[in-house]
Amino acid sequence: MPRSAALCLESALGAALRFALIALIAFGAFAALLMAAGMDPLKAYLDTILYVFGNGYGFSELLVRMIPLLLTAVAAALPSRMGLINVGGEGQLYMGAWLATAGALALADQPAFILLPVLTLLGFIGGGLWALIAGALRALRLVNETISTLLLNYIAPMIVSFFIFGPWRDPQSSSYPQSPAFADAARLPNFLHTRINAGLIYGLVCLILYWLLMTRTRWGLEMRAIGGNPEAARQLGLPVFRYILVVMFAAGGVAGLAGMVEVSAVQGRLVSELSPGYGFVGFLVAWLAGTSASGIVVMAFLFAFISSVGDILQITQGLPFAVINVLMAAILFIVLGRRPAGSLAR
Amino acid sequence: MNTALIVGVVASSILSGTSLLYATLGELVGERAGIVNLGLEGILLIGAATGFAVSVLTGNPYIGLIAAAVAGAAVNLIFAYLVVERRANQLAAGLCLMFFGLGLSALIGRPFIGALIGGLPRMPLPGLAVNGTGARLLSYDILVYLAAPTAGLIWWLLFRTRWGLVLRAVGENPASAYAAGYRPASLQYQALALAGFMGGIAGAHISIALTRTWAEGMTGGRGFIAIALVIFARWNPLLAIAGALLFGGAEALQLQLQAAGADVSPFLMNMVPYLLTLLVLIVWGWNRQSVAPAALGRTFFGVE
Repeated sequence: MPRSAALCLESALGAALRFALIALIAFGAFAALLMAAGMDPLKAYLDTILYVFGNGYGFSELLVRMIPLLLTAVAAALPSRMGLINVGGEGQLYMGAWLATAGALALADQPAFILLPVLTLLGFIGGGLWALIAGALRALRLVNETISTLLLNYIAPMIVSFFIFGPWRDPQSSSYPQSPAFADAARLPNFLHTRINAGLIYGLVCLILYWLLMTRTRWGLEMRAIGGNPEAARQLGLPVFRYILVVMFAAGGVAGLAGMVEVSAVQGRLVSELSPGYGFVGFLVAWLAGTSASGIVVMAFLFAFISSVGDILQITQGLPFAVINVLMAAILFIVLGRRPAGSLAR
Repeated sequence: MNTALIVGVVASSILSGTSLLYATLGELVGERAGIVNLGLEGILLIGAATGFAVSVLTGNPYIGLIAAAVAGAAVNLIFAYLVVERRANQLAAGLCLMFFGLGLSALIGRPFIGALIGGLPRMPLPGLAVNGTGARLLSYDILVYLAAPTAGLIWWLLFRTRWGLVLRAVGENPASAYAAGYRPASLQYQALALAGFMGGIAGAHISIALTRTWAEGMTGGRGFIAIALVIFARWNPLLAIAGALLFGGAEALQLQLQAAGADVSPFLMNMVPYLLTLLVLIVWGWNRQSVAPAALGRTFFGVE
């Protein structure tokens, strides 16, 4: 037993080292690209490290950024165990934020102990129903869920924009279109004296529930059976149709929670540029983590750090934030180039 | 007034359908060889940014166009290396390519935000030069005139040449193609290089001919609409012409209604192409008879 534990540790260390090497190569390649474009990437890396690890403020910013990544990663990982590819975390996040905002505006005079659970539920339902569209189309064998979730990603922000430019437009801010500010009772609290909000608990709870579901319950086993061979699972009498609907709803709901946290804790209102692509990055996080719960935490941390590099590049060197996608893609390119088949999308 | 609106809708649906058609044709060739490329959106963005940047630098939109096509092909070969050589998962590699294109195009385009170009010159159809407004509406750039012939050429390549026959065989059953003495990998590389070339042209048409500006993420999901259009066209290049016109029309109608001052929120109108795409996929989904290449999306692990 101790021997196998030592072996296990050894292989985990080996995997960590191999991945660190990959990340190093990707960071190096990205630096070379930026240098060719006349930037100073090494200074940006150093600035980011100083900013993130130099003081509590920078580090808590990093944790705040991890929250939507954790949630949208679970939203991608959960259906993938059943062989479903949910690339719609971004749209589901927006719809969760949208429905939570509807609740916050309608119930503005309620106390926090009623309002916060209701908003959380609404965020979950908003994202869940949005994903259920793709789930139903897949369960009915009409449209492949990869392409439908991708298309729905483009529709959701337009719905949000329609509302904040129209019915929900804040009369007090004429220049910048946004919803009115949430009442204090509708704001998720921060931990004492930090910027970290209670959304981190949502992220960790969802992650633990995901882990328990997959490893400790009959449902997790049945989901993996469906993912392995849907036809055999159907022959065995598993309700594949119902599983697809429920799992897509739950996954979308978790991504919707990310949207609820963004409006209720971070922004305090609904804005049009709610997410700089959290849903997409969450998918990458889940893919790189091989859908393991602990892996998701590590990868979400890494990608939150990479986003911080993007912020620093934007602030200090005037580069568009989107450029950071090259670094994220570089890591995946190398991983894909090494590994014959991904564990998320089989 | 009404005829002007109709002519306007037709003219601008042809214009916005053009880039969709090139993108769809590129994806179609790749899928006929058995490879789904979800990264088409990234290729479009790189084509748009490269084409615009080179047009500004050289002052010649045609050089920009060629640069965009070459850049599209080069970047698509990274994807080809991953899925053909390294046998990576096609969906994951494709999405990764989308991110790569999003980031790289933002880097390429950054110095050229706000730059002005003349754009691809418009050439009036001969014989139409009489009527002032009509001629202005119905004169297009060279890519528009070449779009339908290109679809015909791709159809001819795929269905009337030996190369096309083998390419389709690879998409249906790579093991058989291999057994018949062909190299599936080599054909898939060729198909994806061609697909990237077309994707680069499609992106460049948006930035050099349509908007004549560069903005981050300016292709706005057209790459994904084009992927859906391949399904709509049932993997047939000639049907892709109809699909591109239909979706170009949805975009054009929305622009014309907005210009005519219709009282509909632009955000609701912007949804129309995406909703239409989804609707078409649903209707097509009812028809169970499959025409997709049999080995589409599957990794060919070789014959042992």
